[in-house]
Amino acid sequence: MPDKNKFKIPIGPQHPALKEPEGFSLALKGEKIMGVDIRLGYNHRGIEKACEERTYIQDLYLIERVCGICSHSHSTCFVQAVEEIAGLDIPKRARYIRTLIGELERVHSHLLWLGVAGHEIGFDTLLMYTWRDREVVMDILAALTGNRVNYGINTIGGVRRDITPDQCKDVLAAMDILEERTKYYIEVGTQETTIVKRLSGVGVLSKEAALKLDAVGPTARASGVDYDVRRDDPYAAYGELSFDVITDDHCDVYGRTVVRLKELMESYKIIRQAVKNMPDGPVTVRAPRKIPAGEALGRYEAPRGEDVHFVKSNGTEKPERVKVRAPTLANVQAVKHMLKDRFLADMPIVVAAIDPCFSCTDRAISLRHTDKNKKEIIDWPTLRTYGISWYKSQGIDFAGLNKQLLERIKQ
Amino acid sequence: MVSEGSIKQGLESEFEHLKGKIVVTRPRRIFMEVDRAHFVKVFEYIVAKQEFAHLCTITGLDEGENLSFIYHLAHTGGIILNIKVSVPKNNPVIKTITPIFPGAECYERELIDLLGAKVEGLPAGNRYPLTDDWPTDEFPLRKDWKPKE
Repeated sequence: MPDKNKFKIPIGPQHPALKEPEGFSLALKGEKIMGVDIRLGYNHRGIEKACEERTYIQDLYLIERVCGICSHSHSTCFVQAVEEIAGLDIPKRARYIRTLIGELERVHSHLLWLGVAGHEIGFDTLLMYTWRDREVVMDILAALTGNRVNYGINTIGGVRRDITPDQCKDVLAAMDILEERTKYYIEVGTQETTIVKRLSGVGVLSKEAALKLDAVGPTARASGVDYDVRRDDPYAAYGELSFDVITDDHCDVYGRTVVRLKELMESYKIIRQAVKNMPDGPVTVRAPRKIPAGEALGRYEAPRGEDVHFVKSNGTEKPERVKVRAPTLANVQAVKHMLKDRFLADMPIVVAAIDPCFSCTDRAISLRHTDKNKKEIIDWPTLRTYGISWYKSQGIDFAGLNKQLLERIKQ
Repeated sequence: MVSEGSIKQGLESEFEHLKGKIVVTRPRRIFMEVDRAHFVKVFEYIVAKQEFAHLCTITGLDEGENLSFIYHLAHTGGIILNIKVSVPKNNPVIKTITPIFPGAECYERELIDLLGAKVEGLPAGNRYPLTDDWPTDEFPLRKDWKPKE
């Protein structure tokens, strides 16, 4: 609908500055967002179809590549559904190893998110800090699995690598370091007025809206939705471990930050328990090449929220159907809701705050924006810079905090 | 305390035609089939009365003569109800569930693009996930569709 008072700004989908192809279309009136149009699909790679033409084992490696960050989430979600159909009882030790890798993955994902969030609001020292600390967990993942991402730890019937007592010690030592660092980030994130002011009241999603739009993960939990697959539909070793589901009722980007920070602390708790309580024994059972006809739905609490895989088998070595629903797709409708009637300057952090992963969603996004009768094309870095300077003009400036934190490093 | 059994019982007593069509496959997993004619009524009842307030996703299947759709609904207690409805491939019409679950928009568009479903009542919008120039009579997730060389 052409409206002379609106001005459209397309961003993406293909732009060298974007980390992933995505196309948003915002309808703007002045600085206010009147409507959001999201075009998904630029990264759709036909993985579901490809799965039907490959064996279960080949699919496991393909599925692991749905997402670069939560690769273990997808492979575990898939393999659990296959194992359920095949009636395989996985050794307890394998369940604990899957849990351990899953939580290490959450730690690396949440630390990565914290850095990206800092970057989007102009708090780049936080990005430097968190990504430096993230290397601690990346080293652990590489030591345990051989890879920083795409761990290849899962196989149908268990896990492919066992964990040695020395490795367990390294994991526990790393958790002590990360816990100290996370406590500091919680302090910075909840007490520094610049951050609190910048994130509060931005990207609001009420509890009712979160429930109605089927939001998942930290996005939903920060709107007071007490929903976590690890507790509600336990898999791997979660049923035997004690942890809290973190919720917050701020319903904004600040709340999403608090939830992720506190979830890091819960992850350290889970990792310590998984290491200490890990039973001895085999890590795999023999799995048949052909999976009997049946169907199962796997669920998994990925760092970004509930991941869902449906598998239907037909008695052959290849599945009849594999369906993947990654968490970002579930949160896309919520983003539209959060941006409506808000300022253009909020766009970068609001989108970043659902921790979007377009590759695994499709998987992708499109943004349009409208005002007066002229057209202009801007890219994501320009929008980010605009957002930072807009808030600077409102008195929210991270220069001081950036400098202060840098001084700490020098000491 | 809500259990798989009580949900099954509740459904069977409310709808005579569901007897023998509800299977509890394991703790927290219920699979059921419902006729196309009864689907909307059963679906609305489950959401309103059985408190399945979260839609995980919708899976579309090509089953030869029919297209089938499985609606995966989650209960707050962790139970998943998988409701399957089948429609003939030559007339694959289903009603949109977006008035109940606005978040289902992408899932329904996916059924349209990849399997050729016709979703009645879904407002016009962007395609998902295929490109705008993708032929409107090619549905990649149908079993007879093969990628071109």
